Amino acid sequence: MKILVVCGHGLGSSFMVEMNAQEALKNINASSDIKVEHSDVMSASPDMADLFICGRDLEENTKNLGDVIVLDNILDKEELQQKLKDKLSELNIL
Amino acid sequence: MKPILDFIVDVLSQPAILVALIAFIGLIMQKKSATDITSGTIKTILGFLVLSAGANVVTQSLEPFGKIFQHAFGVQGVVPNNEAIISIALEQYGTTAALIMVFGMIVNIIIARITNLKYIFLTGHHTFYMAAFLAILLSVGNITGTLTVIVGAIILGLIMAILPALAHPTMKQITGNNQVALGHFGTISYWAAGEVGKLFKGKSKSTEEINFPKGLSFLRESTISISLTMTLLYFVAALFAGPTYVHSEISNGQNFIVFSLIQGVTFAAGVFIILTGVRLILAEIVPAFKGISEKLVPNTKPALDCPIVFPYAQNAVLIGFFVSFIVGVIGMFILFLFGGVVILPGVVAHFFLGATAGVFGNARGGIKGAVAGSALNGLLITFLPLLFLPFLGDLGGAATTFSDTDFLVVGIVFGNIAKFLGLIGIIILILVVAVLAIILQKRTNEKEAKE
Repeated sequence: MKILVVCGHGLGSSFMVEMNAQEALKNINASSDIKVEHSDVMSASPDMADLFICGRDLEENTKNLGDVIVLDNILDKEELQQKLKDKLSELNIL
Repeated sequence: MKPILDFIVDVLSQPAILVALIAFIGLIMQKKSATDITSGTIKTILGFLVLSAGANVVTQSLEPFGKIFQHAFGVQGVVPNNEAIISIALEQYGTTAALIMVFGMIVNIIIARITNLKYIFLTGHHTFYMAAFLAILLSVGNITGTLTVIVGAIILGLIMAILPALAHPTMKQITGNNQVALGHFGTISYWAAGEVGKLFKGKSKSTEEINFPKGLSFLRESTISISLTMTLLYFVAALFAGPTYVHSEISNGQNFIVFSLIQGVTFAAGVFIILTGVRLILAEIVPAFKGISEKLVPNTKPALDCPIVFPYAQNAVLIGFFVSFIVGVIGMFILFLFGGVVILPGVVAHFFLGATAGVFGNARGGIKGAVAGSALNGLLITFLPLLFLPFLGDLGGAATTFSDTDFLVVGIVFGNIAKFLGLIGIIILILVVAVLAIILQKRTNEKEAKE
């Protein structure tokens, strides 16, 4: 499984969230097969990953990507971990 | 012995291999698996080569633009864009830049460890750009050889710790907590926007209390907004230069409208490639830096990229972008009247810096604060490049330059000092800035403790 974190420029904030997501996945004992990467929102397409993560400000731009986790606060590690846990359970991966 | 020495020099003078080596060491220190180490190291080399490929695409689009603009208006037109200037600069300054980046990160950790400036600057691409920037600035200022790396790394590490501290009082108001700091080299604009915003304190309601159209969110995708503005700039320049000139001298007979569209989007394509390269280069280095700093200096605040403040005031983001951009366009017309060099609006900087300045202004002074703060940013990033171009040496003639405030301010201050006072001046300036920052931080901390 692959998770792609996206932001406007694909350099800074998506990278931070990627590192947080990796930490969160470890905390919830998710499979180590789950890869997390980051990119700019424009080049993201539905086939690039199984799950996408973005901040609330990019909700409009990620509507067509499929499964998207939208973060209210992109710095909040707990929110990220909770939403990842819920989503992965929903997808029967956890 | 000599062949071995030559080999080592060859290795170290190839920035791609040098940075890969740093990534390799970082991966080993994090005890990664052999496959992770191999793929991580190769990705870093790949990133550097992708980046230089992007540089060719950007130059290919900028060179004809420079000519057309010169022919049309009789003045030099400069589009400030960090990615474009960096990719061109790295051909000459790649090795020095890579070394300044790594040692600058180490200086940042040392400063966070021993002083009260407890900030770790995690916005890797800006660290990288600033390292390249300092490599150019110091070399042009005749501080050469090993000294470039030493002085460059100290300046880099220092501003990595000081600038987040400067932005932090307003940052706390925006986020409502004391957990994260802002790490983005537009800080002087943000700080200024916060100070200007204070003038409207309590006199203006927050930007978030108004309804604002949502349909413009596609402009958040930076490659799209670069394509749009560059095509427009190309088209206007080609129109004024006259289709005959473009057809006979530049486009080889291709219709000037088609040519403008293709070249404008080519520039965006180049930036797009460069961004991919930068992403690959930093993919291993930033997590290593983060991991090491967390171990060596606990209780620091991570300083993160500017879009982290966008969700806190989404209307201020759009207001800030538009106000800054419009001021940039007005500034461009004013520069036309004076002749000389014309700074064209670089859309990426107006977006990220304008938006963040808007958020900072709003936090202090509501709508009026957001408008005033982002207008001030528009002024700074339009007029400061003029003062700064002479310090870029040969690169000053390129049709692009650095776009963000802190590069411009550091460039103008250190460039002038290096020119008139030399190395001694630079050392004194570093010490004064460091001591001043530590004293101010101490005062802030005491004030906080009282509250």
